[in-house]
Amino acid sequence: MNTNSNTYTIVYASVIVIVVAFLLAFVSSSLSERIGKNVELDKKKQILSSLNIDYSKMSDTEVAATYAETVKQDLILNAAGEQLAENGGFDVEVKDENLKDLDDRQLPLYCCQVNGETKYVFPLRGAGLWGPIWGYIALNADKDEVFGVYFSHESETPGLGAEITNEKFKSQFPGLHIRRNGQLSYLSVLKKGKVDENADQVDAITGGTMTSNGVDAMIKDGLSQYANFLNK
Amino acid sequence: MGLFSKQNKEVFATPLLNNNPVTVQILGICSALAVTAKLGPALVMGISVTIILALANVVISLLRNTIPNRIRIIVQLVVVAALVTIVSLILKAFVYDVSVQLSVYVGLIITNCILMGRLEAFAMANKPWASLLDGLGNGFGYAIILVIVAFFRELLGSGTLMGYQVIPEAVYNAGYMNNGLMILPPMALILLGCIIWVQRAKNPEL
Repeated sequence: MNTNSNTYTIVYASVIVIVVAFLLAFVSSSLSERIGKNVELDKKKQILSSLNIDYSKMSDTEVAATYAETVKQDLILNAAGEQLAENGGFDVEVKDENLKDLDDRQLPLYCCQVNGETKYVFPLRGAGLWGPIWGYIALNADKDEVFGVYFSHESETPGLGAEITNEKFKSQFPGLHIRRNGQLSYLSVLKKGKVDENADQVDAITGGTMTSNGVDAMIKDGLSQYANFLNK
Repeated sequence: MGLFSKQNKEVFATPLLNNNPVTVQILGICSALAVTAKLGPALVMGISVTIILALANVVISLLRNTIPNRIRIIVQLVVVAALVTIVSLILKAFVYDVSVQLSVYVGLIITNCILMGRLEAFAMANKPWASLLDGLGNGFGYAIILVIVAFFRELLGSGTLMGYQVIPEAVYNAGYMNNGLMILPPMALILLGCIIWVQRAKNPEL
């Protein structure tokens, strides 16, 4: 058969495309349930991580149980600080909400109990150097002192920007205050040696300036959406 | 021809050293710079490329007599992209933690020139079994170089290996400092240059 004729080429290309399309659709739909569960479990792990709960030795069911025990409510707030729903914050896509006007946004807030103390966990999402970065920040019941943080990223440079996920970076946050003189000042991520007069600060990653700036903006933007709730 | 004939062994073994895809064919340099700041990602990238390359080689080799010459590159690309997508979905479903680590690199695999290079140069003209060996050989050859470069970059740049601290605190107290240049991409190129230099000095035939 002449494999170089136009008809053969067109038929061959069509068949290949259709076969591959069906194959991908089949694999994707047959795995989507499992993938959805994994994504959900991973989100729970991230929230637990921001509460300084070590899940590394837990099985998947234990993680789910610990999450259910710790996170009492996943509220949805609006920018005015009013409660829109008592549950369902977990399913809110922060990525999509950030595209809306501030007044239209649904803001998830996780009310948690750790060792009998109330903690609030706020989701954060922003831009790093190469792609999105996100995280969770847990505040004590006074809505001032930081209890713990979690950061992750999609495609920051390993060894540089990707170091925001490192314990060493994250361990700088607990104990800081997001208020100065009673006013919300949030936190600053600054190059070592620089001093912010108006807010508590952590050291940026050496060589990861753009990602560090992203974290800085992410914390300020993320928390400022909740300003009315924080000031309540 | 036996499964492990001399010829087949050569197909597998030469890419490991004398015809290494990175140091001799100078392919896949881009990812060698991007993912070698840490040993862990380099290892994962090496393994993923090996698996995808071996599978793609076999598929293209099976199709080789039917592929119209004029659209062969597109067909190769479709096969590679489909394989990468399927592998990444399977990873997400069964080993989610690994897929999180891999997120960036999966995209990089499709653009890795080693894949297109081997498909075009070997799989289009050889039988499936030989193509499988060629894919594995080139994949391992690529992985070895990545691991060597990443070993030095992580050790000297961060003082760790696979994320574990290996340079003791006492050495730092004595005034030792991590070399910040090591974790920047140019150093990967310099290290790669050194490897090529050593290899060529040892083997004048290259």
